[in-house]
Amino acid sequence: MSKWNLIINVGRCENCHNCVIAHRDEHVGNDFPGYAAPAAAVGDSPIRILRRTQGSAPMVETTYLPVMCNHCDDAPCIRYAGDAIRKRDDGLVIIDPVMSYGRTDIVGSCPYGAIVWNDEQQVPQTWIFDAHLLDQGWQRPRCQQVCPTDVFEAVKLDDAAMERMAVAEGLKVHKPELETKPRIWYRGLERWETCFVGGSVSADLTAAVECIEGADVTLSQGGKVLARTVTDGFGDFRFDNLAGDGGAYRVEVSHDHGSAWRDCVLCESVYLGELRL
Amino acid sequence: PDGSLRYTTCTNGGPLFVYVKDSRILRVSPIEFDHTDPSTWVIEARGRKFSPPRRALVAPHALTMKSLVYSDKRILHPMKRVDFDPAGERNPQNRGKSGYVRISWDEALGIVATEINRQKRVHGPGSITFPMSSHHQWGNVGYYLSSLMRFANLIGFTRVAANPDSWEGWYWGAMHHFGNSMRVGVPAGYGGVEDCLKEAEMIVFWSCDPESTNGAYAGFEGTTRRLWAKELGIEFVHIDPHCNPTAQLLGGRWFPVRPQTDAALAQAIMHVWVTEGLYDEEYVATRTTGFDEWKAYLLGETDGVSKSPEWQESETGVPARDVRALARKWGGKKVYLAVGMTGTGFGGAGRGATGAQWARCMIMMMAMQGWGKPGVNFGGLQIGVPHDLHFYFPGYADGGISGELAWTGNAVNNYQRMPHILTMNPVKQMVPRQQLPDAIINGEATGYLWDGIAQEAQFAPFRYPMPGYSPIHMIYRYGGSSLSTVTRSGRWVEAYRHESIEFVVNQSIWMEGEAQFADIILPACTSLERWDIGEWANSGGYAHHGVNVVNHRVITMQHKCIEPLGESRSDYDIFTAILTRLGLGAVFTEGCSELDWVKRVFDSSDLPGEISWKKFCRKGYYVVPPEKPELRQPVDMRWFAEGRRKDLPEPLPMPSQYAKEFGMGLQTPSGKLEFVPAVLKRNTAGNPDRPPVNRYIPSWEGLRSTGLVERYPLQMIATHSRYSFHTSMDGKNSAVNQVEDHRALIAGHRFWLLRLNPADAAKRGIGQRDLVKIFNDRGAVICAADISPLVTPGVVKSSEASAEFQLVDFAGETVEIGGCLNMLTPDRSQTSGTSSMAPNSCLVQIEKWRNADTFKMNCAA
Ligand SMILES: Nc1nc2c(c(=O)[nH]1)N[C@H]1C(S)=C(S)[C@@H](COP(=O)(O)OP(=O)(O)OC[C@H]3O[C@@H](n4cnc5c(=O)[nH]c(N)nc54)[C@H](O)[C@@H]3O)O[C@H]1N2
Ligand SMILES: Nc1nc2c(c(=O)[nH]1)N[C@H]1C(S)=C(S)[C@@H](COP(=O)(O)OP(=O)(O)OC[C@H]3O[C@@H](n4cnc5c(=O)[nH]c(N)nc54)[C@H](O)[C@@H]3O)O[C@H]1N2
Ligand code: SF4
Ligand code: SF4
Ligand SMILES: [Ca+2]
Ligand SMILES: [Ca+2]
Ligand SMILES: [Mo+4]
Repeated sequence: MSKWNLIINVGRCENCHNCVIAHRDEHVGNDFPGYAAPAAAVGDSPIRILRRTQGSAPMVETTYLPVMCNHCDDAPCIRYAGDAIRKRDDGLVIIDPVMSYGRTDIVGSCPYGAIVWNDEQQVPQTWIFDAHLLDQGWQRPRCQQVCPTDVFEAVKLDDAAMERMAVAEGLKVHKPELETKPRIWYRGLERWETCFVGGSVSADLTAAVECIEGADVTLSQGGKVLARTVTDGFGDFRFDNLAGDGGAYRVEVSHDHGSAWRDCVLCESVYLGELRL
Repeated sequence: PDGSLRYTTCTNGGPLFVYVKDSRILRVSPIEFDHTDPSTWVIEARGRKFSPPRRALVAPHALTMKSLVYSDKRILHPMKRVDFDPAGERNPQNRGKSGYVRISWDEALGIVATEINRQKRVHGPGSITFPMSSHHQWGNVGYYLSSLMRFANLIGFTRVAANPDSWEGWYWGAMHHFGNSMRVGVPAGYGGVEDCLKEAEMIVFWSCDPESTNGAYAGFEGTTRRLWAKELGIEFVHIDPHCNPTAQLLGGRWFPVRPQTDAALAQAIMHVWVTEGLYDEEYVATRTTGFDEWKAYLLGETDGVSKSPEWQESETGVPARDVRALARKWGGKKVYLAVGMTGTGFGGAGRGATGAQWARCMIMMMAMQGWGKPGVNFGGLQIGVPHDLHFYFPGYADGGISGELAWTGNAVNNYQRMPHILTMNPVKQMVPRQQLPDAIINGEATGYLWDGIAQEAQFAPFRYPMPGYSPIHMIYRYGGSSLSTVTRSGRWVEAYRHESIEFVVNQSIWMEGEAQFADIILPACTSLERWDIGEWANSGGYAHHGVNVVNHRVITMQHKCIEPLGESRSDYDIFTAILTRLGLGAVFTEGCSELDWVKRVFDSSDLPGEISWKKFCRKGYYVVPPEKPELRQPVDMRWFAEGRRKDLPEPLPMPSQYAKEFGMGLQTPSGKLEFVPAVLKRNTAGNPDRPPVNRYIPSWEGLRSTGLVERYPLQMIATHSRYSFHTSMDGKNSAVNQVEDHRALIAGHRFWLLRLNPADAAKRGIGQRDLVKIFNDRGAVICAADISPLVTPGVVKSSEASAEFQLVDFAGETVEIGGCLNMLTPDRSQTSGTSSMAPNSCLVQIEKWRNADTFKMNCAA
């Protein structure tokens, strides 16, 4: 039995909000009986774009993460709401617009905060994966159709095949600790979850202070070298994919012009600024 | 399958399918091409083949169309201000305060027609003005340079002469180094996509954020191409006070420069090139003039100040070592320089006191690096797509149905193909756009022309009032954006209430901005409620071959998808009705409905040779097949770099504008790239603001403004809004308005966002999404704070063009809560002797809004 899944390419989202706006376009003023009541023209969107900004000038990295209903296989909302929410054979989770009428309480049942309250219609609502369109023969949801950078890929696979794909391509779900078995997968989620340490190496040469290209930089923890890199033409270096677990790190730079070192504690990404040799 | 009908339309952000069911718009979606549409171009570069997706990558504001049609701010009936009596008390002082009553179309049209005639009889020519905005809903028939121009010409009006707002800096400065006046002083960009992908090693984005400004109309068509560059390993640099969305998406080194100090940074880079021999000496020797004089300035031989990286550091805030590193990289590589929305011009850096200095530097830098050689050009993959440009379809500025030969591209474009009754404005009097309120309040103004005909057109002043003509007594406003798009816009309130203004009519789709200052309001409809025709991104006029930004040439039938809502009517219908009362109805329409005009535009183009009218109407769009690879346009400036005759498909310079042989050399007097422009030597030598040898002259409102900077220590840049297209699509409860990165919902009100650095926020105790008051001597605006390291310290970044203008008196202070940041910007021209805007030279202070809690409580009550 093949079921719907959505893969999200992290790092390609540029926060254009086309997906969010297309969702409003699809649902505001439109009633899709059995799928969704008309969405409110004003208010929260069931597709949200989260922002994470790491570092500081000039070394910043911004990541946008689209989040929406995960169409969980082990959905707390279904467990809570009973008949008002159902799981379809193709994996999609639909809040029944009639049976959920007036049920403000359902909003809190989703640990992802993916349910919005529609005050106009008095119903809880989510991103329904455009199930009403898929049932008419559409091959993909509207968010995928309007996204300029191909962030979304809807795939219809049986669960075993999806699992294999997830393993092979390193796809992960958002907040796996919630154990809800999401059908929304993220490719490259490290960028959202890990930290970097970076800096810029310079030296006071006779004529001027210069950026130092080609300096060797090591990252170590408790005397153990974890990674090495070399500075670029701006003297910049960066170590990626570090856990922001409060660990203490040491950065050491060496070059013909001298050496420098810096200690840091990593909860969030840090740009160490200028390291003068 | 759902019983809907699929129509088509085009917008400022791309072409759409419009699905209609039971006379209601169900949805809009980007046009996707099918197998009957022609194939797509392929570019081969570095062993790979690139071809863009076969669908329109539209902008967020395009996708919000449906929400705008059904907006609760739509004006659905003609209205009259309650205390406006055309026969008695007119109460101009109450404009913007008193409410409205619904009246019939008959009464409204009667009042307007009667007043037009009264103005002519009592005051004479010139007393009526039509302040036009630059941007309009798409479509060659309905466009303001088309129907509105024809209507205004048939009435006669004082022209509000626009300043080259998009091109500031380029028109007044850069142009004199290389010509291209017909493009308002910006480069053309032909062939840039293929050349960049094949040859370039680095792209420097300088005041350039195409992920927000989309090459104006191209949506995200350029995004795919930039992502190819990333895959190819082309290096990126971004010079901008804001780590803007383009920098965020692509990555690369960010140079957080202080606003309006770019000329210092650029000169320091050129200083390194000179001292380290990192420029193209052969090119400079053979293709340019005046380099020795420029070099002497850089080295400090003329003024004793060496323009070194160390020298610029205190101005720009960019460490000298970084500047040197960038200069060396740049000098040693083949670099594309991407400036402004198309990569070949524009840019917020050009809209400030130092705008011309910066734009001039951009041209000089390219002159030093061999502009036109493989991989060395302006661009950034936003422009220069290999289209078939021989296929003719007129752009929106090419005249439309205006019959106007002088102020549109009609004379050289569509007029021959679609002859129609000529119209012209017999009133010679003009008033500069940025000074219109002053002209009303003080009774006089001086301006300088924006005219692409020649490099010299800008030097002669014009004065308002002009002998023989009447001062302005009636304003016919079409739309209502000025309160948020014109500098120091608070002046408009006073101007509208001035006793000399006897009558104000506003023809608007939505109740927003200036509409609330009118005596009579005429409800217009959106482009989805009337017929039109247009090609995506084809603006024509000064943006000759403007389609070079999109991946496919898409010409759309713009169907009338639904009937106009309420009693609203198409602009064309309104004009027809007014002119009919003046006995000019048939002259205006030539007996044609809008659909008839659409057919005439169709017939005037190359479409009939490819597709029948019937099929075009039914299918709704036509895609022009791509150019054969061997016929693709040459790369811009390649001919020049190679010393050949010009081989580009553009009608400039004009035959008379070559100083040597026709087709050889540039428009400049020498035919070369001029480091010290002869045209400036001839015309501005006595003007210290516009020295022939470019200089770095610090902004007259900036960190060097002692006396002001102590009170207002932050620099504000309010640039183009990413999610809305100027005032269109903002406000009015549109889908864009709900975007939390556009406006933040606080206590039921959608506040405009103000982006600032954590250091500046912490200093003032401001938290994320706190309401802040941003102010200077010109006014105060309330915004919501968006705090992140993406903005350089000392700078606040926001956008112009809020559609909402809401002045409120609150606990003893008057504040604007719609987000009209142009209330705070200076109305001074960049330099004397120009009519230019400098909104990005603006000092402000911000503080946590002390009345925020009271405001929230009032809203809750
Ligand atoms: N979505 C959308 N797209 C648009 C428009 C719109 O309103 N909305 N408007 C269209 C129009 S009419 C035009 S003219 C173009 C405008 O296109 P541009 O002129 O290119 O746009 P801006 O947003 O003014 O400026 C681009 C970048 O310059 C930066 N900047 C501002 N001041 C300075 C400075 O002093 N130095 C440096 N280095 N950078 C600076 C800004 O932070 C911004 O990232 O956009 C067009 N496209
Ligand atoms: N601070 C600051 N200010 C700036 C800039 C900046 O960078 N910073 N940029 C400047 C630039 S480049 C530009 S181009 C200007 C743009 O400034 P404007 O041209 O003034 O702004 P728009 O919002 O495009 O104005 C269009 C108006 O026409 C109306 N309109 C559109 N279509 C129709 C129609 O079909 N029928 C009717 N009846 N009305 C219609 C809209 O409702 C709107 O009121 O702003 C300038 N102002
Ligand atoms: S994300 Fe939330 S609303 Fe969606 S299925 Fe899972 S628990 Fe239910
Ligand atoms: S449409 Fe794509 S790029 Fe735009 S916000 Fe959504 S996911 Fe991100
Ligand atoms: Ca170079
Ligand atoms: Ca070189
Ligand atoms: Mo503009």
